[in-house]
Amino acid sequence: MLVETHSAAQSAFLRRYRRRERLIVYVRWGLLALFLGLWELSARLGWIDPFLLSSPSRMAATAASLFASGELFTHISVTLGETLVGFLLGSLLGIGLAVLLWWSKTLSRILDPYLVILNSLPKIALGPVLIVWMGSGVEAIVTMTLLISVIVTLCTVLGGFNEVSPEKLTLLRSFGASKWQCFCKVVLPGSLPTVVSALKLGIGMSWVGVIVGEFLVSRAGLGYLIVYGGQVFKLDLVMAATAILCVLAALMYFCIAFLEKRLRDKRGETAG
Amino acid sequence: MEPLLEFQNISMRYHALSGETDVLENFSLTVEPGEFIALLGPSGCGKSTLLSLAAGLLKPDRGRVLLRGEPIQAPPVHMGYMLQRDHLFPWLTVRQNALLGLQVRGNLTEAAQRRVDALLKSCGLWDFADAFPRQLSGGMRQRAALVRTLAVDPEFLLLDERFSALDAQTRIYLADEVKGILGHDRAALLVSHDISECISMADKVVVLSRRPARIQQVHAIDLEGGPMQRRSDPRFREYFDLLWKELDVHVG
Ligand SMILES: Nc1ncnc2c1ncn2[C@@H]1O[C@H](COP(=O)(O)OP(=O)(O)OP(=O)(O)O)[C@@H](O)[C@H]1O
Ligand SMILES: [Mg+2]
Repeated sequence: MLVETHSAAQSAFLRRYRRRERLIVYVRWGLLALFLGLWELSARLGWIDPFLLSSPSRMAATAASLFASGELFTHISVTLGETLVGFLLGSLLGIGLAVLLWWSKTLSRILDPYLVILNSLPKIALGPVLIVWMGSGVEAIVTMTLLISVIVTLCTVLGGFNEVSPEKLTLLRSFGASKWQCFCKVVLPGSLPTVVSALKLGIGMSWVGVIVGEFLVSRAGLGYLIVYGGQVFKLDLVMAATAILCVLAALMYFCIAFLEKRLRDKRGETAG
Repeated sequence: MEPLLEFQNISMRYHALSGETDVLENFSLTVEPGEFIALLGPSGCGKSTLLSLAAGLLKPDRGRVLLRGEPIQAPPVHMGYMLQRDHLFPWLTVRQNALLGLQVRGNLTEAAQRRVDALLKSCGLWDFADAFPRQLSGGMRQRAALVRTLAVDPEFLLLDERFSALDAQTRIYLADEVKGILGHDRAALLVSHDISECISMADKVVVLSRRPARIQQVHAIDLEGGPMQRRSDPRFREYFDLLWKELDVHVG
């Protein structure tokens, strides 16, 4: 439909555009390499104390030995598992509750102050209570994660649902649509972008929940490694675990970003 | 001939914390099949409420709204309701948008789909059937919304300030197109506070009073042809002056 024009000026524009994009990617990676390089260099030259601040090579060595002993996989899978389960449960519950509160204005009004308070309460404060209730196991960690992500998901998604223009609903009702049809045909698809941002927020919150949970109770996981490393003054371990956490969180975020891109393509939001 | 749509002694009152609002009081109006009626009235007098009643979205406090003699309980199947803006769903393609009404009704038959395809063709949207609304020009969006309305094969249309959000030229152009596509067998109830628009489209202009809306005057418009043609008729001016004074007397 859209004719691709290929005048000389257009080609020049495209060339400039691609060159700039490439430059941005190079500089991004370059910054990371520079940071790691400087860190390593200053540790070797004794500008900083590698015992306190570690160094990339010492972190890599720590990770390698964890990997060799097979522990690395255990810790990663524990943390990843807890995060995913907590995130999925928190998101499902959050979206489910949002649907319920969208459905019933009265219920939404009744619960409004509680939501506001729960939203501003640092859920971490409930940690000790959770441990008493659920024991110091995975359940407590997953519950903590769920608690942290569910409220933010609920509030964001409900906000998105309520923002859908009433006129679009009127239009659909004039076709004889039921409330459920209104939800499926306008409210949900109309607020999908908000739902996706809620998921992005939720995944970040889930990492927080899992790590805090592991700080409090766990016997395995990256959070456990960080706390343990701190207690025995193995800062290499703390730093290595943190770096692995960074990579995992980034990977998870990119997965969601990828799904978001697919969704936007399908909905024509990237079309010209 | 049996009237298509009948408002019989409708009274309507909105309740809010700040008080009650009488919107309609003993309002009666009859729409014959194929008749194009324009409701001309000051803002806030209850025009949209009238359309919502005819669309089966509201129930009157008193009186009845009849479609072919039967009280309207729910939105009639063969009814098209067009709001001020096009309200195309940006996440659906033009064709998916057009099929919306049929889908909601569960009437997505092959024949219905063929009819929608034919409508897309006749409205010059065939090449854009799989495009998304944001890829369309303003005029094309309007036509897409029109196709969506016509897809349910409406026997009457409710047009709420349909054209007021458009620039003057698109407005006249689209009005012409709507009239052309509607033909003469579909009835329509148009709400507007644009006098020229009412004269150029309607068979009858009903002038409403301020709230609660009562009928002040009914003017039959004895002009031929579509909006473009009517606008160049010398009598257009006469009708315009007449209605202008009418509105002025009751509203000003
Ligand atoms: N749901 C409602 N609750 C309370 N009051 C309402 C409601 N809907 C409309 N009203 C009031 O009723 C009156 C008539 O509303 P309506 O929308 O029918 O007028 P209108 O003639 O279409 O106005 P406009 O020209 O502004 O579109 C207005 O004063 C409006 O404020
Ligand atoms: Mg109105």
